[in-house]
Amino acid sequence: MSEIHTEVAIIGAGLIGGSAALALARAGVSVALIERGVAGACASGVNFGGVRRQGRAPDQLTLAARAHELWPQLPTLIGIDGEYVRSGHMKLARTSSDLAKLSAYRDRVAGFGLELEIVEGAEFRRRFPYFGTEVIGGSLCPEDGQANPRLVAPAFARAAQRAGAKVLEQCNLIAFSHEGDAFVLKSADGRVIRASVLVNAAGAWGARIAAAFGDEVPMRVKHPTMAVTEPLPQVTAVSIGIEGGGFYARQVARGNVVMGGGFGESVGEDVCRPGRGPMEALGRNAPAILPALAHASIIRYWSGVEGYFDDKNPVLGHSTRQPGLIHAFGFSGAGFQISPAVGEVVADFARGRNTPLIDPIVFSPTRFSLSSAGSA
Amino acid sequence: MNASPMSTIAVIGAGPAGLRAAEVLVAQGKSVALIDEAEFAGGQIYRQPPTALARPATLLYGAQADRAQDIHALGRDLAGKLDYRRATSVWHAQPGRLELLHAGKVASLDYARIVLATGATDRAMPFAGWTLPGVFTLGGAQVALKYQGCVVGKRVLFTGSGPLLYLVAYQYAKAGAKVVAVHDSATFAAQARHAPGMLALPRMLARGLYYVAWLRAHGIPVRYGMTPRRAVGDARVQGLISVGFDGREREDACDAVATGFGLRSENQIADLLGCDFVFDPVNSSWNPAKDAAGRSSVAEVYLAGDGSGIGGADQAELEGERAAWALLEDAGRVVPARRIGALDASLARSRRFRKAIDQAFALPALKRFDLSDEVLLCRCEAIRVGEVRQAVRDAGITELNRLKALTRVGMGRCQGRMCSPGAACVLAEAAGMPLGQVGRIRAQPPIKPVPLAACAEDMVHVPTHDQASMAPIPTGPGRHLTNTVGGQS
Repeated sequence: MSEIHTEVAIIGAGLIGGSAALALARAGVSVALIERGVAGACASGVNFGGVRRQGRAPDQLTLAARAHELWPQLPTLIGIDGEYVRSGHMKLARTSSDLAKLSAYRDRVAGFGLELEIVEGAEFRRRFPYFGTEVIGGSLCPEDGQANPRLVAPAFARAAQRAGAKVLEQCNLIAFSHEGDAFVLKSADGRVIRASVLVNAAGAWGARIAAAFGDEVPMRVKHPTMAVTEPLPQVTAVSIGIEGGGFYARQVARGNVVMGGGFGESVGEDVCRPGRGPMEALGRNAPAILPALAHASIIRYWSGVEGYFDDKNPVLGHSTRQPGLIHAFGFSGAGFQISPAVGEVVADFARGRNTPLIDPIVFSPTRFSLSSAGSA
Repeated sequence: MNASPMSTIAVIGAGPAGLRAAEVLVAQGKSVALIDEAEFAGGQIYRQPPTALARPATLLYGAQADRAQDIHALGRDLAGKLDYRRATSVWHAQPGRLELLHAGKVASLDYARIVLATGATDRAMPFAGWTLPGVFTLGGAQVALKYQGCVVGKRVLFTGSGPLLYLVAYQYAKAGAKVVAVHDSATFAAQARHAPGMLALPRMLARGLYYVAWLRAHGIPVRYGMTPRRAVGDARVQGLISVGFDGREREDACDAVATGFGLRSENQIADLLGCDFVFDPVNSSWNPAKDAAGRSSVAEVYLAGDGSGIGGADQAELEGERAAWALLEDAGRVVPARRIGALDASLARSRRFRKAIDQAFALPALKRFDLSDEVLLCRCEAIRVGEVRQAVRDAGITELNRLKALTRVGMGRCQGRMCSPGAACVLAEAAGMPLGQVGRIRAQPPIKPVPLAACAEDMVHVPTHDQASMAPIPTGPGRHLTNTVGGQS
């Protein structure tokens, strides 16, 4: 039976775990990245791929700003550009009240460098002639954009490995404990990992691991439904969201339009399928917002497994019950853009440092017990 | 919305297997929904031409004319006795429920039990120039002849392996096309070695030998151990370079190539319904696991015909009937033991024959194709062999779905239906692994592309956040979007 000794063990080789492992390995810390399947193949690899600051709460925008600096550096960081483009992100409005909300948001985040521009009326039609009459305007974030999660997520783990991290794939952990001064993790195939610091970056499975150490958090697991069309001539130049949620879309260089909205269903423990309801909603919403899609065909529907909190913030910080345990999960469907910066935050925590990027209180695992309406 | 009673038995496919299954189920008083992609019954093998192009059965089906007419008559007979969904495809399947597409509209169908008789397509293998206009699959060439009454070229070269190679070449020659040559990648020695196994069905063996003898008697060269290397030509195929087992190349001028290396089961519905799959090292394919009667690993799902492992049309009829009896038995019916005993004996003989066929016409080793990095592997996404080899080196890929995620192979319109046999071989070679260990592409909905807007109709609306206010856009002159698949390399 092999035993692996490491300073930091990270559970989950998704984007968060991978970028944390990369940051730690680059800082010279010994780190093991543990993955039940293969790196970056769950929600990190199958999410929508929006690289978007717009719409985030101000609490996340310092973090998002740091990530915004890191995304163009992907070739240096992870060896590929991940098809990252700053296509612009348009958050659409259906009504004047939606537009008012978008304007209010613009004013609220004025200090964070998003450079939001409200576009409406004749100018909206002139500059964005491809939108249907269902929408009357929107808020454009010119430097937000998109990337390909299928490529980016596994590349973080590979880069971490090149930087010296030990990547353990097909390593299904069945026991977690803290004995003496070390965490002891055991896998189904008999591997034992000992570490001084444990990072819980297990995504939708993060709450289960947190609970094993006494941290109860009200996370809900949901399955966003997404779809992709066959390659098409240009349908939209910008990545799209909509005020109130329920529809998002982007077009990749090859021409396929990737879109999503609504949530599917769980089929058994860890398997999910896209939902019929969301398929139907996409069938109506997509051509209403982008009339050019009226005759498009879907070549694939899919779904992923993601953890959500009601306040849309992740749990990101030290456990208050188990010294040495750091949580980084439950990114509530919006972890992709911030993940390169979250890796830096986790690395700082794991090395006993403070981070300038977040207010630890806001993301603390104990925040739910503090608010009266917290737990679901 | 779901016009079917909960006791409905769904039969998918109106070819030989599906029709025989439906025949038994209807005769036993079951409520059956028969779903088929074609307008007329018969499947691929006994495909019926559109009414305007009708021709005598002997011309269309040759030695199988009687069988074809029987099957067509059965299709007509059953039409009034079951819920027959013609020209309808199943684009998604979940336990107890199918999602259908017919005439641009979607609908759901609930079922209690299901018989999957989904048939097969050609197993195409990539080689240099295989996407040139004028290169067809064997099945495609046969469909052109049977359905549209035309040939794919004036001078056609047949290359590949398996019984279909000789049959289609024979049909083309009979129809008056010039068959340049038949190039079989299997060696004569391999075929002779496994001929004794084929004696399990002497008439089938005789039929196969007859085609070869007929072709030779009409001056058509039949060459063994020949693998296609390169289809040459600029705008259209003008010739084929092949390599013999001795390593010598030859070039034959032609204006069309028909190629196929056996058949590939259409097993996506079984996959979506959660059936276990097993690798068949003889046929080099993954098939849903089934017992001798056609029971899958999932209680309500039964399997028959080429969709669950290639057995040919005659075996498909036997399997269809046998699976129906298994279903009825599982549903508590008393079933005719003598009839079932006879079916089982026939099936055992047929499967012995089929195993010998698979051995005689084995998929050639990939090195026989000598694929250069430039050869196109995935047509839909325009991915070349070299990109796959590079990705395998860079990322240590050992599994087909990972290959798909990192390279887009199998991610396009066909969802890997066409390219995955070749992709699996290239991955196995590049990773230095046996073919059976690189896995298979997981089925995802839709099985075939489905119009986005079709899904807006006839489906239950589950509001997500605020979509209640979204009205459908007025229909007007539609903007037809150009499909640029495969054209961006």
